[in-house]
Amino acid sequence: MTEPERRAGDAPLLQVRDLTVHHGQLRALDGISLRVLPGEVYAIIGANGAGKLTLLRTIAGLHAPTAGSILLDGRDVTKVRPERRATAGIAMVPEGRRLFGSLTVEENLLVGGTYARKGPWNTERVYEMFGWMKDRRSQRTAQLSGGEQQAVAIGRALVANPRVLLLDELSLGLAPVVVQRIYGMMPQILATGLTVLLVEQDVSQALQVATRIQCLLEGHTTLEGRPSDVTAEQVEAAYFGLGSPSPGSPPAGGPRGYGGAGLGGVAPSEGKEAP
Amino acid sequence: MSEPERHGAAGTENPSEPERRLKAPRRRAGSRVTRSRRNVAWTGIGALVVVVVLALFPYLVYAGTTTIMVQGFIVLTLACMWNLLAGYAGLVSVGQQAFVGLGAYFVLILALHGISPFAALPVAAIGCGVAALPLWWLVSRLRSGYFAIATWVLAATVMLIIEKFSSIGGGTGMPLPGLSGYDPTLLTADTYWAGLAVTVIALAATYLVLRGRLGLVLTAIRDDEVAARSSGVRVGLARMLVFVIAGIGCGAAGALLAISQLQVQPTSVFSVQWTAEMAFAVIIGGIGTIEGPILGTIVYMVLQQTLQSYNAWYLIILGLVAIVIALFARRGLWGLADDHLHIRLFPVGYWLWAPDSRGRRGLGLRRTGRHS
Amino acid sequence: MVWVNDIIQGVLTGGLYALFACGLSLMFGVMKVVNLAHGDLAIIGGYVALGVIAVTHIPVLWSFVVVVPIMAVLGYALQRIVIQAALDRGALTTLIVTFGLSVVIEAGLLQFINANSHSLGVGNAIITSSFSVGSQIQIAYLLLLIFVVAVVVLLGLQYFLSASKYGRMIRAVADDREAAQLSGVDYRHVFGIAAAIAFGTVALAGIGYGMYSQFAPTTGTDTILLFAFAAVVIGGLGSLWGTLLGGVVLGVAQQIGAQINISDEVLAGYLVFLAVLILRPQGLTTRRAQS
Repeated sequence: MTEPERRAGDAPLLQVRDLTVHHGQLRALDGISLRVLPGEVYAIIGANGAGKLTLLRTIAGLHAPTAGSILLDGRDVTKVRPERRATAGIAMVPEGRRLFGSLTVEENLLVGGTYARKGPWNTERVYEMFGWMKDRRSQRTAQLSGGEQQAVAIGRALVANPRVLLLDELSLGLAPVVVQRIYGMMPQILATGLTVLLVEQDVSQALQVATRIQCLLEGHTTLEGRPSDVTAEQVEAAYFGLGSPSPGSPPAGGPRGYGGAGLGGVAPSEGKEAP
Repeated sequence: MSEPERHGAAGTENPSEPERRLKAPRRRAGSRVTRSRRNVAWTGIGALVVVVVLALFPYLVYAGTTTIMVQGFIVLTLACMWNLLAGYAGLVSVGQQAFVGLGAYFVLILALHGISPFAALPVAAIGCGVAALPLWWLVSRLRSGYFAIATWVLAATVMLIIEKFSSIGGGTGMPLPGLSGYDPTLLTADTYWAGLAVTVIALAATYLVLRGRLGLVLTAIRDDEVAARSSGVRVGLARMLVFVIAGIGCGAAGALLAISQLQVQPTSVFSVQWTAEMAFAVIIGGIGTIEGPILGTIVYMVLQQTLQSYNAWYLIILGLVAIVIALFARRGLWGLADDHLHIRLFPVGYWLWAPDSRGRRGLGLRRTGRHS
Repeated sequence: MVWVNDIIQGVLTGGLYALFACGLSLMFGVMKVVNLAHGDLAIIGGYVALGVIAVTHIPVLWSFVVVVPIMAVLGYALQRIVIQAALDRGALTTLIVTFGLSVVIEAGLLQFINANSHSLGVGNAIITSSFSVGSQIQIAYLLLLIFVVAVVVLLGLQYFLSASKYGRMIRAVADDREAAQLSGVDYRHVFGIAAAIAFGTVALAGIGYGMYSQFAPTTGTDTILLFAFAAVVIGGLGSLWGTLLGGVVLGVAQQIGAQINISDEVLAGYLVFLAVLILRPQGLTTRRAQS
């Protein structure tokens, strides 16, 4: 994708600086930083427990960081409540969809649009994007399949006309062909001027769709760069925390964290993981 | 994590295991685990002194004072029980007045059959413990809010059923027989000593329960119920035991109430006000500690005595103070004291000492078996 | 048959119970708050009505126009300031705080008013009389009016919840509070709205009760609270029509109990309540068992 290159001089739309987040005494994120430029698809990868989920939840405002800051278009939103961040332009599609089960498809979208900003997205546009949805709009979402629920969840986030769309583990619990189809919508979403920050367990999917990726391991960044610039070996090393440092990883000689020597025993899980 | 720091070690091990393991930590050679920070022999002696002094009260003070003390004993016993239920077993009961009433009526019924009310007191307490079993069966599967309401409804139902029996006074109640021949001064003194005995037993029982295996189990449940269950802890059994113990304690308090009032009236002994008093005393004093209910009862009695002439004021203030403390000082007054002074009168937790530290000050490392 | 009359009385009373209960159901369904002060709020509604009538000389039947909005605002404020703080600290704290509020309210009423019973005397002669259907059935106009009002309120509430923006938000927050936040919904505000509705409806019910019967400072916990909970539990949480059904079942059970023995009216209701709590805690209208 060449757009981000042309806009290399742009200020980042979403910026995270030295973010440290704890869950009780456990340090989930340790001084993480990232910059997402407008129009980008920024993918965060890493095994479970690496801190990916925490990162997105903290950016959305559902979890308070211990240290560090989050900036939306230059404005510090670190202390802003989640609902205010939503109206400011950060919309998250949470892990596990988290639809309003007792509400219909249409009602879910309507709730998503309660405090919508001005923009190209509305319920009609969402129905257009997912052809099947309009006919089933009066069905309660608890009765939909996983892939259909994921679509509604994305739609619910889109109708708010966000500036940044946070996608949390879209592939979780879904068949590969469904995942492909959903990620296939990405160009349509980007075409309306959105920026995407996604967290993904499926590394190959992430590499396919992202403009830049960042790998987390036990709360640290182990790799940053463009998919075209990194090799499979480097990704693997960063993901598992093996061996020598790779371009873009912190210079301090590999990942630190619990378990010391870098073999943190972090194994990838097979797709359908419980949250 | 080193063994001594682990919460809730109860589980499939045999009963003495946790204690044995804890007394021989493996991490650092020479580190010790004790049950308390300072030497509690002093506390033990102090408690004994207090009890002896209290026992001498009838010889030292006016009858009016001992009567007030009996009221205090009743509230303290109730507070102890409510603390066990809500602070340790996670059972917020708004219906303990059922046992207060049952205790009173047990005494009445036995007195009507010629048994001295004082002799009837322990029987009534046990009887309430037995009555707690079917009542527990009725409400045990309910959670939190539903449980609270169910206990309230149960209490109201028990009262209505008892009111149907005119032989024990029906809806208006009746005087307590069997004490008419008593010398008034002696009666007051005996009532006082009975109250003191009940309270001391209640406190001692609470202390022993919490210090022992059940206490460990309860803390485990409170910290993480799912983890406790998967360690083999029988959560339901532990809660039932606590419910039964609370039934016995509240029943004893109710029996004492009947003796001290010399009459048993349903709307009085089954009043939800008893729950208000015991709950507020616990909340204000400090839920989840043994010292808390004692402190809370003292606060309650002081409030009640000073605002006596102002009718409902003491309830208003008591309620407001309880609300404020529940919101802003969750561990109650004792918790505030503990935060600053690190005192524990009743050693039910554990302290970890570094190898080279001496007795007194300790590392300030927080112990297990505590509650926040 | 005398029984038919009793059933009808029970059904009509059930309407009043349902009106008491719908606010409780809403607060529990949306916020998971068991408001132990709920009954006392109805009584406050009654006393406020007395005060408003004394000051403005508004006709008793129209007092709700002033009282309900006052109580709704009070509900929003109390929710945002006190109950939210309790919710943030856990279920135990919430129970303690609402219980504390109940005690403080009753003690306050006893202290600042008095222990006597009061009533909202409806001056209108027609309303206080009854009409007959056949030879066996006698229906008080007032009771019928209360029943109709209850049904209308429940209908309105149902419509509000299913079709309005705020109703959707309330249902969304009840389903998943965090997801609602992600959609820009401030759940504290939504809780406040739910509380406002609860306070308003229970005050309305309190006024109705005051017109039909008498109330005293302790009526809230003596009578109303447990009846309201009974209606909610018997009917099943999550359904306003369930609450109406629950109220009706309670009312009818009470009438049948009164037939067996005049003093067993309340006991019969409690026994049915206990039976449902133990055998089918999810109530009559809910399919799955609640946790």
